[in-house]
Amino acid sequence: MVLDVKHEDGLLELTLSRPEALNAFTVELHGELAAALRLARRADVRAVVLTGAGRAFCAGQDLEETRTQGTSPGERLQRFYNPNVRALRALEKPVVAAVNGVAAGAGVGLALACDVRVASEKASFVPAFVAIGLVPDAGTSWFATQTLGYARAFEWLTSNRKLRAAEALEWGLVHEVAEPERTLERARERAALLAAAPGGGVGMTKRLLAHAADGGLERQLELERQLQQAASEDPAYATAVASFLAKAG
Amino acid sequence: MSAAPYRVPEAPPQPAVLTTREGMVVTVTMNRPRQLNALSDELMTALVAAIAEADADRDVRCIVLTGCERAFAAGADIKQMEATTAIEFAFSDRVEQWDALRGVATPLIAAVSGHCLGGGCELAMTCDLIVASETASFGQPETGVGIIPGAGGTQRLVRAIGKAKAMDVILTGRTLSAHEAEQAGLVARVVAREALQAEAQAMAQAIAARAPIAQRLAREAADRGADMGLADGLAFERKALYLAFASDDAREGLTAFTESRRPQWSWT
Repeated sequence: MVLDVKHEDGLLELTLSRPEALNAFTVELHGELAAALRLARRADVRAVVLTGAGRAFCAGQDLEETRTQGTSPGERLQRFYNPNVRALRALEKPVVAAVNGVAAGAGVGLALACDVRVASEKASFVPAFVAIGLVPDAGTSWFATQTLGYARAFEWLTSNRKLRAAEALEWGLVHEVAEPERTLERARERAALLAAAPGGGVGMTKRLLAHAADGGLERQLELERQLQQAASEDPAYATAVASFLAKAG
Repeated sequence: MSAAPYRVPEAPPQPAVLTTREGMVVTVTMNRPRQLNALSDELMTALVAAIAEADADRDVRCIVLTGCERAFAAGADIKQMEATTAIEFAFSDRVEQWDALRGVATPLIAAVSGHCLGGGCELAMTCDLIVASETASFGQPETGVGIIPGAGGTQRLVRAIGKAKAMDVILTGRTLSAHEAEQAGLVARVVAREALQAEAQAMAQAIAARAPIAQRLAREAADRGADMGLADGLAFERKALYLAFASDDAREGLTAFTESRRPQWSWT
């Protein structure tokens, strides 16, 4: 097992557990992550926390595996990385990353594919790709442009500068910086809050925001109407409104 | 989403299609969810019969054909096909019964969620228009199992989305997502999966509310025109207009418009 999976009180906690290799991606890790993301679709999972064991969050592709196995980068992306990035984005649950240490290469993509990021003061983000003549992958180019805007994304991804937690917070790349020993706890707290929101509102909001990136206002208004109607038909809505009114009265 | 807590040992026999009616709209639902609505002979026979019955009823002004959330229809019943010889196949009228759907005069909407593959995709394309859930995927995987699309796939898909994209789908076996299918022109609208049945129903009610003779003529002109040169198509269209113009409903529609009131269609 290279991914620890803990399922408790509606929270699914996934810990990349190859600390000796800075939690770098191998075929095995991809496979276990894919299985965990399928598990995450169950109704009794309300939110997901993703973190790394040891001092790194995720160092991207395992270079030892690259050296010893014949799979080309293109094939690796198609078979392993891209399906997991898609699954993370398609998951209608909030995913909170506890970025405990360095995120490098595809590890940056993994962190950015999550919805909320709590970074340890010791965390850093290193694109790495361009430094070895490659291009950002695992969604990094998309997420970075979405999150930072073109100017910052281009400058950062091509300069290969190590972005430390404080600067990542200033840029809006992470939502919060926490003391190292408090990082996972803060991520859990945020995930628990999101998990406690009634009905499917959080998951549907995730869908709406994903849609906003490639539709115009007209399409967005239409999807909002459809999802609002569906959300309002969930009994959780009536219950929540009743309890709000009771408190207000 | 939630898994059933136990498996029912032996399900009671279910009708192959379910038919419901709301005002002037009939919805025909393919009902073999466990087989992802694989189009067995039984299912096709029941489906054609249900649609023919709705089509014969003048008070039915629009028909919605739909499947389950996971699949509109995932294709032919491969097991049934495997057990069939070419001669049996050729003389069983199995494919021919699909032609009955071409004779349906009532506007027909395919409401597609999930897999819409092979015969399922061909079935959806036989309808006048397709409204799809964002989960829908469209494909013609037949050449992967040694056969070819045989109920219009090579013809209607090319007409719907052009040869380049159709060949990409038919020869590589690639599926089109709902959004790709919309961009390519195969799908009229893509909606949230939760909203599919409501949106299809709203669309059907909008179609049903308009002049029935005019709807049928417009639809016939569009269908026939696709097989004609432009000059013949335009000539057919004009004759269809004159025919619509001769209807009492045209008088009623034009008068109601000038009087700013809702028209009452008499189907004459």
